[in-house]
Amino acid sequence: MSNPIVEMAGIHKWYGDFHVLKNLNLVVDPGEKIVVCGPSGSGKSTAIRVINRLEEHQRGTLKVDGVTVDETLKDIDGFRARIGMVFQQFNLFPHMTVMENCTFAPMWLKGLSQAEAEARAIALLERVRIADQAMKFPGQLSGGQQQRAAIARALCMEPMLLLFDEPTSALDPEMVREVLDVMVELAASGITMICVTHEMGFARQVADRIVFMDQGEIVEISPPDVFFSQPRSARAATFLAQLVRS
Amino acid sequence: MTDRFFLREAAEPVLPAPRTTVGAAGWLRTNLFFSGWGALVTVIAVALAVAIFLPLVDWAIIQAHWTGETRAACLDAEGKKAFGACWAFIEVRFSTLMYGFYPVDERWRVNLFAGLTLAALVLPSLLSGLGRIWGTRFLALAVLFPLGWLLLHGGVLGLPMVETSKWGGLMLTLIIAGSGMVCSFPLGILLALGRRSELPVIRTASIVFIEVVRGVPLVTVLFMASVMLPLFLPNGVTIDKLMRAIVGVSLFTAAYVAEVMRGGLQAIPKGQYEAAQAIGLSYWRQMRLVILPQAMRIVIPGILNTYIGLLKDTTLVAVIGLVDLIGIIAAATADPAWLGFATEGYVFVGLLFWVLCYGMSRYGLRLEYTLAKATRR
Repeated sequence: MSNPIVEMAGIHKWYGDFHVLKNLNLVVDPGEKIVVCGPSGSGKSTAIRVINRLEEHQRGTLKVDGVTVDETLKDIDGFRARIGMVFQQFNLFPHMTVMENCTFAPMWLKGLSQAEAEARAIALLERVRIADQAMKFPGQLSGGQQQRAAIARALCMEPMLLLFDEPTSALDPEMVREVLDVMVELAASGITMICVTHEMGFARQVADRIVFMDQGEIVEISPPDVFFSQPRSARAATFLAQLVRS
Repeated sequence: MTDRFFLREAAEPVLPAPRTTVGAAGWLRTNLFFSGWGALVTVIAVALAVAIFLPLVDWAIIQAHWTGETRAACLDAEGKKAFGACWAFIEVRFSTLMYGFYPVDERWRVNLFAGLTLAALVLPSLLSGLGRIWGTRFLALAVLFPLGWLLLHGGVLGLPMVETSKWGGLMLTLIIAGSGMVCSFPLGILLALGRRSELPVIRTASIVFIEVVRGVPLVTVLFMASVMLPLFLPNGVTIDKLMRAIVGVSLFTAAYVAEVMRGGLQAIPKGQYEAAQAIGLSYWRQMRLVILPQAMRIVIPGILNTYIGLLKDTTLVAVIGLVDLIGIIAAATADPAWLGFATEGYVFVGLLFWVLCYGMSRYGLRLEYTLAKATRR
């Protein structure tokens, strides 16, 4: 068994007096697909943002690929460069073309030549099926295309771990499918993924384990078949019942 | 009666937009004579405009005196000052207004520098339509200004030295304003970033600087730079008076640029910072590659506003004894040979400032347009 990619042990976080993350414990092995779900305000986004230290935790230990992530971490930028992140609001850089969005970080941070970076970007843009939009600016693309471009941008850094923070929540309904399709393909490629999402169909299809959070704590970690047919916690059952009704 | 259910069989035709106004007559009716009151206001406004404008044209152009070597050219038959502007006065003083007391034989240096600066500003827009224009121009100017100082001041490479006390007129105005702009720009950006810094020392220092400098009038800053600074320097060390004025103006403007920049930085969504962070960029690269390029195009109008203010504020250097455009006019009207022609002088300088400021304004609009086109947003 190879070393885990993410090890969270007793992670706590407060915003002022507000206890947002309570004693999180989670170990993610290489190649695993984890889906984090739960009602809004349950701390799921905060939890995955702790992993690449966009948010700092105040108690507990976090190791990512064997590196202890806390205030002693020297090369925080180099550390973040190895973790891809896809945001709810895409957050593409609007002053760069899709191509530049994908090439600039590998060129600046990994020393790739422009030709190398562009070759890599084109390959990945083809994979997310927007190679024909490479020379456009993000503002000219639909939401679904932008999110796929953002996925390509993250992949261009060849991350060891991909974090998705509600990647389809800001999309118009007819564009959710195209993004999820790309994510399903990506999952099949073997990369480690941790995904906060409300897309239960995706979770059922892709996840190795479902992490259910509520009120800042992990309530249940179950395989998808168990989670969806007979959730072991009452809170998860209530949550799932609400999803079905809506 | 409309059916409660409906299924379309054929496409709806695309119709032209309705025409509410037709031709010039329609335009007049909708804009100027749309009602009785509208017509009345229009007539009064036109009458007022004519009443003010016609005498002005009469004074400035029709009855103006264009040529002559002395004030005699602008006197009537009885030897009194005639109605009509005396542009002969400006003509006689023109070269002093432009160059101050810079030696006539050396003025090619000033012209050369002006030409190079103009080229640095105009060439990038001809060469590329890319979004990095701002950087190129700024870099060109940042290199050009120290070189320009050497060229104008001389004393090297066989160029005769020309003391800065001989610099004056439009040349001096533009040098102070230009240097002020070039220096205050990076300083203002650093201050704006400093004010948002998480490090308390840097943040406090930036806030104190900005609030102190913004809280005092430019005249005070110039006085400090001119009179008080030498008191604190060790004996024997002197800094050129013009240099001190430029430093004063730059620091003053930097505080304003910083606040304009801060507005631009605040307009960038938090997600942009997070995406730049998450991809592994260091703080300075986040700023340089992601945040500032976006903030910059937001702040163009604000920066331009500050810079237009700076250009006009340079007239205050007269109080520390530098002879800018206003100084030259003041000196010229004190000349017994030309007594009584201050109006023409100030009108001319006013017009010159207007042309410069309007030019800057157009240049800024042009930059905005080019940048907007570059991202086609």
